[in-house]
Parts: sequence; C-alpha cells; structure tokens
Amino acid sequence: MKQFLDLLAEHSFFRDLPREDLEFIATCGRNVAFKAGTPIAREGDPADAFYVIRKGRAAIEMYAPGRGSLRVQTVGEGDILGWSWLIPPHRWVFDVRALQDVRAIAMDGRCLRDKCDANHEVGFQLMRRFAQILTRRLEATRIQLLDLYSDKVV
Amino acid sequence: MSDCLLPTMCTITGRKQDTADVFTLSIDPPDGEFPFEPGQFNMLYIPGVGESAISISGRPAEANKLVHTIRAVGDVTRLLGIRETRERIGVRGPFGTGWPISQAAGKNVVIVAGGIGLAPLRPVIYAIADRRDDYGDVSLLYGARTPADVLYREELLEWKRAGVLDLAVTVDAARSDWSGDVGVVTNLVGRIHSDPAATVAMLCGPEIMMRSTARALLDIGVEEANIAVSMERNMKCATAFCGHCQLGPYFVCKDGPVFFYPDVAPYWQQREF
Ligand SMILES: Cc1cc2nc3c(=O)[nH]c(=O)nc-3n(C[C@H](O)[C@H](O)[C@H](O)COP(=O)(O)OP(=O)(O)OC[C@H]3O[C@@H](n4cnc5c(N)ncnc54)[C@H](O)[C@@H]3O)c2cc1C
Repeated sequence: MKQFLDLLAEHSFFRDLPREDLEFIATCGRNVAFKAGTPIAREGDPADAFYVIRKGRAAIEMYAPGRGSLRVQTVGEGDILGWSWLIPPHRWVFDVRALQDVRAIAMDGRCLRDKCDANHEVGFQLMRRFAQILTRRLEATRIQLLDLYSDKVV
Repeated sequence: MSDCLLPTMCTITGRKQDTADVFTLSIDPPDGEFPFEPGQFNMLYIPGVGESAISISGRPAEANKLVHTIRAVGDVTRLLGIRETRERIGVRGPFGTGWPISQAAGKNVVIVAGGIGLAPLRPVIYAIADRRDDYGDVSLLYGARTPADVLYREELLEWKRAGVLDLAVTVDAARSDWSGDVGVVTNLVGRIHSDPAATVAMLCGPEIMMRSTARALLDIGVEEANIAVSMERNMKCATAFCGHCQLGPYFVCKDGPVFFYPDVAPYWQQREF
C-alpha cells in the first residue's frame, strides 16, 4: 500500500494533496495494464473509473460508420484520462484504445464519488484539479480546431 | 554581401519535395561562401514578381551551400516551388538575429516547432549535434498538421537514434494507422523531465501556438528570459527602413526575428500589432 501511495503522490495531479486525503482516496485505486491494441473504454459504457497514465500511449477516438475510428487526441505518460465518472450520467463519451502497452492507475469512480460525498474538502480538491484539466483540454481542443498549420497563412 | 538592397542572382543546385506543399532548395551562395547564424533569413527574389523572407534551414558548418525550406502559399513561394535546378533566383541577406545557442551551452534545450517553423530551427539542431557534449538534455517537440506534413522525417529519426535529441511529434489530425500523438504541441510540454530552471527554450510556429507553448513552459518553471521565439511579420526591405515589419518599438527584420519572451510578450496582448 505504501508503494502505491507513493506512486499517487508523485503524480502532479495528486501533488500537494495532504497525506491523509491521499490515503483516504488511495483505497479507490489499483494498478492496471492494457496491451497495445486493446480497448480501455467504449463509448456508451458506464464510466466507472479514471486513469492516471504511468506508461504508454492511448488514443481517444470516436467511431463513424463508413469512416472507422476517428482519432481526436492521444494521452500519454503523466496524463489523466476520463472525467465521465464525475459527471452524470457517468458514461464514456469516446472510445479509448491503447496504442502501446499502457500501465496506469485506475481510480474507481463510484468509490471516489462516495468519498467526495463523505468528505467535501477532498471532493473540492478533486473538483478543482479536474476543472484545471478540463480547461486545459478545452483550450488545446480549441487551438486544434483553428487548424493553424493549414495553408491559410495567419 | 556588398549591397544589402541589391539581390545577387544565384544558381539552384538542388531541389527536394519534402511534403505536398513544402520543398527545399539548395543554392550556390553568392561569393561562394555564406556564413550565417541559425535563425537568420534571406530575402529570395523572383524577378518581376517579388521577394519573400525565408529562413536559412541548412547546416551552419557548410557555408558553401545555402539551403532554404519553403512552403508554397502565394505568388513568390509558388514560383520558387517550380524553379528547376540550374535556374537562378535572387538572394539578399543574411538578415536578423539568431537563436541563443551560446546562451544554451551547459543547459538543457527544448525546441518547440509548429509546421514550417521547424525549418528555421533545423540549423540549431545541426549546431547542437556538432557539439552535443556542450548541452544537457535536448528535446524537440514538433507539431504538424497531419503525418504526411511532418518535415525532415528521416533526419529526425536519425537524430533520435543517435541520441542527439528526445523526439516527440504530434499532429492535429490522423487516421487510425498513425501510432504517434494527436493533439496540439503544447500537450507535449508536460513530458519534459529536465530541470526547467536550467532550460533554454526556442519556439517557432504560428503565433497562437507560440503563445500557448510559452504559457505552458512558464507553468512548468522555465524562466521568461530563457524563452526565445521567432516572430513573423510581413517584410519588404529587411533593412529596418520601410517599417512594414514593425512590432512596437522593434523592426522584426533587424531586432528579430528571434526575440526573447519578455521583449515581445507585451505586444502579444495588444491588437493590431
Ligand atoms: C523572418 C521570416 C522568416 C520566414 N521563413 C520562412 C521559411 O523558412 N519558409 C517559409 O516557407 N516561409 C517563411 N516565412 C514566411 C514567408 O515569408 C511567406 O510565406 C512568404 O513571404 C509569402 O510570400 P508569397 O509571395 O508566396 O505569398 P503572397 O502572395 O504574398 O501571400 C500569400 C498569403 O500569405 C500572406 N503572407 C505573406 N507574407 C506573410 C508573412 N510574412 N506573414 C504572414 N502572412 C503572410 C498574405 O497576406 C497572403 O494571404 C518567413 C517569414 C519571415 C518574416
């Protein structure tokens, strides 16, 4: 357990979280591994976890009939994957597939939601961190949408 | 060169199509030799059509060959793209300031390029590769539109294989057969593991990309004074005379194109500059 706590504490997402809060939520986490090519999540499935990627790369995709899987973004070492566990109806909105062998910490969504309800301070700290990630992701997506490298010289 | 306002006609000695709309020209330099600093640019001239500011993308140690990587976007650059070997084009230069390569000695280097912005940074990589032991960790974070738009593919892989640099390439859009990263180049900043306080960053690409990358680098602790950016403005004379490329108190052609973040950041917040 000690080792697992240290793994969490090292990640920038959990850094600065008081040790007792980290211990409180660490029981919701477990180490997981996905082989390259295997699915991590599927659009529409219950979003029962988020992942702290420790190694490898995964693709966030959406399937379009006739066009196959369209890749929206990739996530890699150090990134956080998934926030649907937090927002009702708690279902994955995208497919996620491991592009390389992925090692991650899976944080159980239901377990975390219960902990956040029981301890609002921890809940607030998690919300604050997810708000930051969401904002960064939205900014990045907007810039990606601008298609800056197209032949329209800006 | 003797007169900086008068182009010298030079012969094209080589032409390589890098991607669908980007090509690299090798040119016999005026006077046989063409010393330059990485980051500097030339004005390339098609008689009767006009001139374009184009960075030098070749090897600084190879002064007997002048190399430019050009994206065909308009009148001059499209015509440069259909010029054949042995034809001649006009050259004026070199102009402008260079990348802070000597300031980076003894430190880690993070090079962040977007699209054609890799061209002005390639001479930096050549210079670092020639004296690799003078630098700490070196990373190249490169964003392109699609996998087919990735420039200097073989060279990048060779530099990675040889341990010259850590390479991270991301594209804005890709089909599912691309196993690399998808997303903006800013996303890759979090993967830098070197000490940010001892890091010099060099950024070149569309201004929006440089602004957001600079913010991300500041967030991880890179110092403002250690972030260099290459600014692009419409240029005519390239000799700080006509004022076309003015940026606040600066002329990009003479005081730039390479600036440090604290010098240009105030003008990034102002419109119509
Ligand atoms: C210091 C510097 C270094 C550069 N280095 C390179 C390089 O290494 N490789 C490369 O391919 N390009 C480079 N450029 C950009 C290049 O100068 C322009 O793409 C080129 O001048 C366009 O000329 P054109 O006649 O082909 O296009 P035009 O027919 O003049 O214009 C086509 C379109 O591009 C726009 N445009 C033209 N020039 C600029 C400009 N400087 N900035 C923004 N928009 C512009 C026009 O408004 C128009 O919409 C550099 C620019 C600068 C200032």
